[in-house]
Amino acid sequence: MATKRVPALEGFFREEDDGTARLLGGRCVKCGASFFPMQWSFCRNPVCEGAPLDEVELSHTGTLWSFADNQFSPPPPYPQADPFVPYGVAAVELTAERMVVLGQLASGTDTKTLSVGVEMELVVEPLYETAEEIRTVWKWKVADKS
Amino acid sequence: MSAEQDVVVLGTGMHPWGKWGRNFAEYGVVAARAALQDARVAWSDIDYLAAGNTMRNGYPGYVAGSTFAQALGWQGIPVSSSFAACASGAVALEAARVRILSGKADVALVVGADTAPKGFFGPLPGERPEDPDWLRFHLLGATNPTYFALYARRRMELYGSTEKDFAAVKIKNSRHGVANPYARYRKEFSADEIAESPVVADPLRLVDICATSDGAASVVLASADYAARLSDRSRHVRIAAISTVTPKYPNTYLDMPDIATDSAVGSAVPELGFRDSIAHAAYEESGFGPEDLSCAEVYDLSTALELDWYENIGLCAPGEAESLLHSGATTLGGKIPVNASGGLASFGEAIPAQAIAQVCELATQIRGEAGDRQVENAQVGLSVNQGLFGHGSCVIVTR
Repeated sequence: MATKRVPALEGFFREEDDGTARLLGGRCVKCGASFFPMQWSFCRNPVCEGAPLDEVELSHTGTLWSFADNQFSPPPPYPQADPFVPYGVAAVELTAERMVVLGQLASGTDTKTLSVGVEMELVVEPLYETAEEIRTVWKWKVADKS
Repeated sequence: MSAEQDVVVLGTGMHPWGKWGRNFAEYGVVAARAALQDARVAWSDIDYLAAGNTMRNGYPGYVAGSTFAQALGWQGIPVSSSFAACASGAVALEAARVRILSGKADVALVVGADTAPKGFFGPLPGERPEDPDWLRFHLLGATNPTYFALYARRRMELYGSTEKDFAAVKIKNSRHGVANPYARYRKEFSADEIAESPVVADPLRLVDICATSDGAASVVLASADYAARLSDRSRHVRIAAISTVTPKYPNTYLDMPDIATDSAVGSAVPELGFRDSIAHAAYEESGFGPEDLSCAEVYDLSTALELDWYENIGLCAPGEAESLLHSGATTLGGKIPVNASGGLASFGEAIPAQAIAQVCELATQIRGEAGDRQVENAQVGLSVNQGLFGHGSCVIVTR
């Protein structure tokens, strides 16, 4: 059984030792706006005229903007599993960056207990497995208040 | 813009929506010939052809303009092909309108047609981590219905909307669609049937979400001078505005297919959100406002999204769409019927044809030729939609 954890895609997030996630984004050297993913090497704020971005780790907490619970299997390139496992998706507003970032909900999250405004944090969880590796992705989890 | 500078809709034509499994050009040619016949204009008189592109048929699909020109019989006229996802039809209409207003064309044919795949729309094959549309499917499984569900849940949380409100939209639109011979589904849904429909992306059920359809729509547009030379002008209607705006930075509302919004740090958030700005630009151009509308065709990709549109086009204040719906104002016979055509609920989506189909419906209503779904004394109609990747689409049609 695979035990090595590897991001499903490089360059989007980093896993901390405690299993929490850090999104890898860009921050404009001029206006301070953040971008995720970085997508381009320059700022999209029109007044910045393409100012460069610093590579940064974005904050890993925010408040729930909305959420959905998917009951049907999506088409590829979503990793196809048999049987299909339903999954939630959350849109969370990063407090410091004032931007909304989408992610799946951490496994076991009961969407019936969620409401907009709840504090959320980023964790890393498996997305799919190959024979050799566990391919991971960032997911949103209700923040542990303890 | 004054009426003299408006372009005139001489004719409209459609191929019925369905799942016919034929090549998109076949549908487009049926719609185009119907529009030409309706306009009493010969194909040989057309001096420009604008088409909304389809992404679903491989290489010929990408060059829809010349595909239709070839299928109708080469005439040597210039063509254009527009892709703006769901807004493709509006961009094609705008290409034709601008060509006419610049004096480079007198009478133009606009066509959109699609052959849709089964089930969820998905990205083309290949591995493209730089493409947000590919990313959202691969990493998150965020299908289009996922986004519709996020918007619907947001509405429930902010305004207390319920699944029953969403069902009421479906009941209304399905009832409207019964009277439309071009609609794919001509069946009235009951609240019980909707409640039994499987959940696709909670809080939305299968019947809350529009299907993917084959279909085609076409209009013949002409300059005011060309139209004035025709002997029978009784069925002419005018395009008073076309809006094809993009968002303003920072766009802080999560739009498909992005996995994150712009950041509100470092700049002022625009006064109007993107969806609000789409109709606003058309109101500005035409001089009409929401109070002038006789009817509207809004993009009900989901039942809940129709309620958002009521607010985005100014029919009511944010949070009041449910009251407006339940008052009967947006039902046929009400003050401002919305989706008298049956909307996407009755059609399903044929992407490059849909914005053109909306305009066909408005023209039919304003001509007073909509039969059992006729909006009484329709004078001004507005259609609105939004395409992936930041494409706005809004058209105002009047006498």
